[in-house]
Amino acid sequence: MKRKNLFLLWALAIVAMFSTTAFAENLVINGSTTVLPITQKVAEAYMKDYPEVNISISGGGSGNGIKAIIDGTTDIAMSSRFIRDSEVKQAVDKGSYPVPFSVAYDCIVPIVHPSNPVDDLSLDQLKDIYTGKTKNWKEVGGEDRPIVVFSRDTSSGTYEVWDEKVLRKERVFPGALLQASSGAVVQGVASNRNGIAYVGIGYLTGTIKAVTVNGVEGTEETTLSGEFPVSRPLFIFTRGWPEGRTVHFINYMLNPEKGQKLVKEVGFVPLF
Amino acid sequence: MVISRQLKEKGMRSFFFLIAFASVAILLAITIFLFREGIPIFNLVSVKDFLFGIYWYPTAEPPDFGIFPLIIASVSVTLLSACISIPLGVMTAIYLAEIAGPRTRELAKPIVELLAALPSVVIGFFGMVVVAPILQNTFNIPVGLNLFNASLMLAFMSIPTICSISEDAIYSVPNALREASLALGATHLETILRVVIPAAISGICTAVILGMSRAIGETMVVLMVAGGAAMMPSSIFDPVRPMPGSIAAEMAEAPFRGNHYYALFATGMVLFIFTLVFNLIADHMSHKYRQVGDATL
Repeated sequence: MKRKNLFLLWALAIVAMFSTTAFAENLVINGSTTVLPITQKVAEAYMKDYPEVNISISGGGSGNGIKAIIDGTTDIAMSSRFIRDSEVKQAVDKGSYPVPFSVAYDCIVPIVHPSNPVDDLSLDQLKDIYTGKTKNWKEVGGEDRPIVVFSRDTSSGTYEVWDEKVLRKERVFPGALLQASSGAVVQGVASNRNGIAYVGIGYLTGTIKAVTVNGVEGTEETTLSGEFPVSRPLFIFTRGWPEGRTVHFINYMLNPEKGQKLVKEVGFVPLF
Repeated sequence: MVISRQLKEKGMRSFFFLIAFASVAILLAITIFLFREGIPIFNLVSVKDFLFGIYWYPTAEPPDFGIFPLIIASVSVTLLSACISIPLGVMTAIYLAEIAGPRTRELAKPIVELLAALPSVVIGFFGMVVVAPILQNTFNIPVGLNLFNASLMLAFMSIPTICSISEDAIYSVPNALREASLALGATHLETILRVVIPAAISGICTAVILGMSRAIGETMVVLMVAGGAAMMPSSIFDPVRPMPGSIAAEMAEAPFRGNHYYALFATGMVLFIFTLVFNLIADHMSHKYRQVGDATL
């Protein structure tokens, strides 16, 4: 009798274990810290609408997110750049096919201190500043002050876009102050009259001044129309074509009435 | 009964041996891991090019893995911070142990030690938001996030270490020595300079080296206030990129087991060797200058 009871208890415990996993669905998202605020906001709204789903998000950088897709340790990877050829090869070698979805656009805007009279810089002027050829603001129509160049770390996704669109594969000169986050970059320029930097449109605040590039202001319209030269799409990747809860979440994220509205709220450029 | 007591004794011994062994084993495991992940970079660049190359462009095509500017940055920041923290730390210790009355001592010592309890990120934030603009305006320099700022912040962090260990060393100098010195007609100042400090010098040296090894390994502060430019500094107001800051900033984005990843681990190896040398020096000093007789510490 006792033994039978014990067996029943075990059976009950096992059933209980399975049922909890079945009811509380888990979705794991990892990757770019640039895309993180978007996913975070969308996931919050999603979990409010569908309380049975539990979404855990962590930001470890685009490279780590894509690596997690390759290794199969995440459901969705966030990335601020497209997947590299070497990464596709690694994924295929491990038997997975990463599928990209564009979720929003990011627009990288050059910024200066609010007291700086310079309003517009051409792509070539920006390139000369970042490669160390231009060292004084008066060479680009400003005051006679040295230029202090802030940049993101060379392994960040934001730097990668700047490298591709502005530097065109030339190197940032060694004297540039490489900062570990966009927040640090904004803080740096806000407290330095000689500073110049670049950040995503979502980081523009009143403490710094945005500069137009080739006469084009960085806005949603100029990003979507392709006029603004320093912009990029942001991606999420799944391991193979998404199914079940993952595809449901992605549809929610891409819905113009739901997810895309939130994209705009956190300061990025929505797709529609 | 006797056997059980012996067994208990034996059990205690092996238990404590295991505990002591665990930390050695952990250190060994970390070292092996560090070297295993770092060594592969030397298939790509020679040790000389890695240590003395002056360009650090880990993600460029083709990449450059020269950490000389990073080493120079770490060494210069540590030395400059030592120049600030050693006099302040040691003199505070002398004051607390020899000159201050018991009530001042009871009050001041915990306050100095409280400085050690400040999280490094708070010190970094202070340097970034408060000190950087002040430096910029006072010295009329282009950028406030620089070598000097980082050294200043690191000095704040190592003063408590230096002060509290030296203070213990000075305080534990036997009273007989002081009394003998005073009895021979030496003044208070002469006693401190000629008798007490020489007697405590091994403890003070250990304190200084431990403070410096804390400074060279500190990450958050240099990441936030050193500026992050991987160039050779030509003045103390140039931005620099010390090794720990570089590792912390780039590790998250370095592809797993790629060349950049190996290079960062190799940088970690160099840093490890630096702190190891510091600790060996501290050990050597405490043996060499050990006083014999009553003053042995």
